[in-house]
Amino acid sequence: MSFDFIGFLNIILSGLLTGAVFGLLALGLSVIFGVARVVNFAHGEITALAMYTTVVLFSFLHVDPFIAVVPVAVVFFIFGYLLHGAVIHRFVHRPEHVQFILLLAVAIVITNGLLITFGPDARGVSLDYLLESIEVGPFLIDRGKFYAAGVAVAAAAGLFSFFRFTATGTAIRACADNLHGARVIGLNVKRLYALAFGLGSACAGVAGCMLVVLVDLTPGSGPVYTLLAFVIVIVGGLGSMTGALVGGALIGVSEAVAGFFISPSAKSMFSFALLILVLLFRPRGLLGGRL
Amino acid sequence: MNRRASLGLAGLSALLVLLPAFAGNYLLSVATLFLYFAFAGQAWNIMMGFAGQLSLGHALYLGAGAYTAAGLYFHFGIGPWAGLWLAAALCAVLGAALGALAFRYGVAGVYFTLLTIACAEFARIGLDHFDWLGGSGGLFLKIAKRGDIDLANLRGPPAMFYYVILLLAAAAMALSAYLLRSRAGYYWQAIREDEDAAQALGIHTFRWKMFAVTLSAAMTGLAGVFSAFYYGNLFPEQVFGIHRSVEIILAPIIGGIGTIFGPILGAALLTALAEGASEIVAALGWEVPGVKQMIYGLVLLIVIVFLPQGIWPALARKLRVKK
Amino acid sequence: MNRRQFHKAFIGASAALLAPFKIVRAQSSKLKIGVLLPKSGLQGVIGQSCQKGADLAPVVLKERLGVDLELMNTDTETNVDTARTRAERLIEEGAHCLVGPFDSGAAAAIAQVAEQRGVPFIVNIAAAPQITEQGYKYVFRNFPIATELATNGLTLIKDLFNATGAAPRTAVFMHVNDTFGQANAKAIGAILPRIDPSFKVVETISYDPAARDLAVEVAKAKSTRADFLLLVSRLNDAIVLRREIVKQRWNIMGIISPGSPGMYENQFFRTLGKLSDGCISNVPWFDPKSPLTKAVDTVFRKQNPKDQLRFHALNVGYTFEAILVAGDAFKRARSTSAGALTEAVRRTEIKERMMIGGPIKFNAKGQVEGNLSACIQNQGQKPLVALPAASAEVKPVFPWSEYKRT
Repeated sequence: MSFDFIGFLNIILSGLLTGAVFGLLALGLSVIFGVARVVNFAHGEITALAMYTTVVLFSFLHVDPFIAVVPVAVVFFIFGYLLHGAVIHRFVHRPEHVQFILLLAVAIVITNGLLITFGPDARGVSLDYLLESIEVGPFLIDRGKFYAAGVAVAAAAGLFSFFRFTATGTAIRACADNLHGARVIGLNVKRLYALAFGLGSACAGVAGCMLVVLVDLTPGSGPVYTLLAFVIVIVGGLGSMTGALVGGALIGVSEAVAGFFISPSAKSMFSFALLILVLLFRPRGLLGGRL
Repeated sequence: MNRRASLGLAGLSALLVLLPAFAGNYLLSVATLFLYFAFAGQAWNIMMGFAGQLSLGHALYLGAGAYTAAGLYFHFGIGPWAGLWLAAALCAVLGAALGALAFRYGVAGVYFTLLTIACAEFARIGLDHFDWLGGSGGLFLKIAKRGDIDLANLRGPPAMFYYVILLLAAAAMALSAYLLRSRAGYYWQAIREDEDAAQALGIHTFRWKMFAVTLSAAMTGLAGVFSAFYYGNLFPEQVFGIHRSVEIILAPIIGGIGTIFGPILGAALLTALAEGASEIVAALGWEVPGVKQMIYGLVLLIVIVFLPQGIWPALARKLRVKK
Repeated sequence: MNRRQFHKAFIGASAALLAPFKIVRAQSSKLKIGVLLPKSGLQGVIGQSCQKGADLAPVVLKERLGVDLELMNTDTETNVDTARTRAERLIEEGAHCLVGPFDSGAAAAIAQVAEQRGVPFIVNIAAAPQITEQGYKYVFRNFPIATELATNGLTLIKDLFNATGAAPRTAVFMHVNDTFGQANAKAIGAILPRIDPSFKVVETISYDPAARDLAVEVAKAKSTRADFLLLVSRLNDAIVLRREIVKQRWNIMGIISPGSPGMYENQFFRTLGKLSDGCISNVPWFDPKSPLTKAVDTVFRKQNPKDQLRFHALNVGYTFEAILVAGDAFKRARSTSAGALTEAVRRTEIKERMMIGGPIKFNAKGQVEGNLSACIQNQGQKPLVALPAASAEVKPVFPWSEYKRT
């Protein structure tokens, strides 16, 4: 069998587009982990919650996921903000393992709540235009993936702008860089942490909404995305937002390439191997700053 | 231990030893499960409670132990009592490797936990493709003929397995109690409380952390060997899956990290809750999936928010078995 | 609470916990059948489908055999541990025999329990060969093992090409990488050369059962330029694959499963609509012309007015037949004692059955030989029997032109 170069390029493209959505997912975690210093082991479960919300909106109100993105983002921002104030804030100064377990418990409750409510069957969104592909020369681009990647990149750009150009955004970055200093100049750290958590949660929400366009979901999807988000954040570099996006693209492409050349069923092994290597030899990740 | 504690422990031991005499097979299988989680939880507790390292990938050792012993039996006819040495040794090496890499390269806290998860997942997917050990199709061990008790090969009735795991759990508890009161225990507590201060006092923190990690891994490997022969079949997803890792840590966290009796109490509570929940759901005629896991999650949540030390310390004070 | 109170409470609690577990050993004129199926978890949908087969069995068998059957239904939660404890529990509550559990892993666990307790266990659906290779005396299976499924399925492919005059030269084989998929892949690898088909498998691609995005796998398959797709999958991945084939505009002559679930199931049709047509599954199926099938269908429609038997053909059929075996043995043994019942099961010979194949007769290993598959093609968004011609409801169509149009 001769090497199908065009097929290979198509796969790389597909990996990049999917990777953009993963990158947004990881970006949310990076904001939460990097700023609010919370080990959000429920990140994937929040994403799963958003995915189910999108599916419900579609099934009952016939809302197209690309329109649902906006309300979902808002709802999950509020959800994250409130969750932080109500539960998580008290744990910011507890030992790390306690935080981990707290969020693990939250994750288990969410996952099984979804299972009890929706049952174990896979659900998805069936839209005719999602089965179409855009032809660009010899390349075949999945229409749904293309739009989803676009939304993800737009959301990321929005977040970047917020952090760079607004006062609140700068204040949040200040908290992340130098907590004592931030307190000294009188920033309301608790509120800023809550905001950061809300933003991270909103990212997870938007990513979830877009993931519904790409894949079907089951209640068990949550843990998979948590792990994926952590892998990307660590590989890309904690504290670096660009790192999260680059990491997402990298993981998307590497899984595609590994799947094409080796066995597709072993492609996750590749990501975990990458994670192990990064943890051991370059823990701050590819683009990360100080640990 | 004060007198109340000793009497309580004696009573509990008597009950457990005599259980097969008056309990049906169903209750025995539930009790076996309880003791298994008590044993595995105790093993995990050594790494977490004593050395302060959160491992969410302990299924790696369960799987390594299980597959080593099962593979030896399946392919070479080597029985579990011989196989367990290789299994424990392999797990000790794995634990040591993970520990060494982590501690030398400064992979700590969250990063260490993620490393453990990644290793377990890596093993799971790897074994899925490893046909010599059954791949994802599973490894099936030969079952005993009815009525035979083959202790050498661990083929026999449920009561036999029950006593084996009872022995293991009791040994684990005794070992933990002994270690906690020995020099190791004091060093571990010092390291857990404040590693830098401990080092300043001249304690070889690396060596003692490695000891905890290696011991924990080896013990967990034994739990894996037991489960391989008890269930008689192994599937990578079942054995290495992250849900297994989470399962093991629930009992010691709810019972009380760092205590001796905590994992046992936690295991008893969770097993009782699980079976109770299944009974209630079945009795009500509901077919609702996920109720058992949901209860685990809620209990964990409640405990970690209100009783982060676990239930046993508070309960022990109430029952006045501790000063 | 002082020490005395504590001890009293402790003893009281233990007694309460132990009380319900008295062993019931009374002889009765009713056969108690413990039905173990995955009603929740990953296989939940299929388990519930099988349950329909169990539920109608007592009614049908009361009429045809005059036996009284009582079902004790329980959920294995698609979990091997749960299957084992549930089996123990059922036996303690007085089940005279066990039926189930659809999943090979759970079947192995329950088989051990049955063998140790000396209670007959009739497997309804499970393809892993090992279950009847352990030398058990109390385990029986009325379902083809992976090698038989593969042989039957592949032979039917040959028949299909003969019947339609199609002559594809190459196929790409995709399979899900789990217990079921691997067993099938191995069987197919061994058997295909022996059947001497007119086509060659140019590449084998396995994929993760939990994978949601199969773009890479399909792209890889497409790049082989094979004539058709040979597929061993489960329900969810079949749906994802079918969609991906459309998205990547992969022109193939057809999709054929030599023996796996997915493409003939209700959810496949409901989710994919018109896209579900044309897919072919060579799986065990009921004989639409058999009188027993018609009897079962009558009761099915009464119990499930909004459903159709054909969407549950395999699940309902084999679950029903497992209970049929139990009821028939009970009638002959005239006793519920384990020994007599097991011997009666061993001597089973049922000629009038529902599923396509020879009579239900167990060999020395407790396995029924001679269960056959049918070639089922989706037409009009319904799974219809296309081959063997004797039982056919419709003519097979291959190649399926729709695949080329997109």
